[in-house]
Amino acid sequence: MGGVLVIGLNHDPRVMPSTLLGAPLPAFDLPALDEAQPNIKSASMKGGFTLLNVWGSWCVSCREEHPLLMKLSKDKRFKLVGIDWRDTKAHADDYLLTNGNPYAAIGTDQGGRTVIDLGVSGAPETFVVDNTGTVRLRVPGPLTPEIWAKDIEPLLKDQGPAS
Amino acid sequence: MIRIVFAIMLMLFNVEAAHAVLPSEMLTNPVQEARARSISSNLRCLVCQNQTIDDSSADLARDLRLIVRERIVAGDGDGQVMDYVVARYGNYVLLKPPFQMDTALLWLLPFAALILALAVAYATLRGRPVLDDADEPNDILKG
Repeated sequence: MGGVLVIGLNHDPRVMPSTLLGAPLPAFDLPALDEAQPNIKSASMKGGFTLLNVWGSWCVSCREEHPLLMKLSKDKRFKLVGIDWRDTKAHADDYLLTNGNPYAAIGTDQGGRTVIDLGVSGAPETFVVDNTGTVRLRVPGPLTPEIWAKDIEPLLKDQGPAS
Repeated sequence: MIRIVFAIMLMLFNVEAAHAVLPSEMLTNPVQEARARSISSNLRCLVCQNQTIDDSSADLARDLRLIVRERIVAGDGDGQVMDYVVARYGNYVLLKPPFQMDTALLWLLPFAALILALAVAYATLRGRPVLDDADEPNDILKG
């Protein structure tokens, strides 16, 4: 019994298992932050790896991971797509102008419906979606170089260089 | 004195639970609204963890309350509404986890502990010799 309790101590209750692992990305169709751009659709996330990053200009820890996202935006092996959650366009634009825009495309989710479909409990949260549209990894909280090297890089290597 | 005691009792037992549901969120059908409230008070707020979505004023809790009401209006049964949320967030959102393979330990461990304790108590007590009168400490005091 003591053993069970010790396991409990080492388990972070804030990290919840995702119901999405190994499952297809839930369908969504979100208006782009830049109205001139086409909608961001889950269906379009096939044929290559996608890093789907839920963020908001109000989100403090998003600032923490932002420099890493800027670096990752130069990586050609995947597409970095953002979902701007519960935000205003003015604040989001301002945030990207100040910190740089790492995203290839950004969808907005004002009502939080898509974000709930993804089972997101807080921003930032990142999903690694493979070329078949299957969710391979969920990272709640800010991405770090450690998480990148340990959990994400191996997934990309699996796939080999994307065309 | 009675009055003071009464006042204290009132303070202790008459505290209304703080609910976060806004009037604008409520359904006009009182039966549906009551169902929404009872479902919401069994769903965990994911931002605050120890509150239900019925109690929490977090944005995410509010969004989930709206979804619960939307599903009810769409004709879902209580179980279907719960399943809708569990499909997205896992059993974790249920404040009362269901009994299944991965929660068996959680449910059975307290009973196992109780049985173990009873067994140990029985074995210990049965093995102990019955005290005879002469050994009672009171006799020493009586001198």
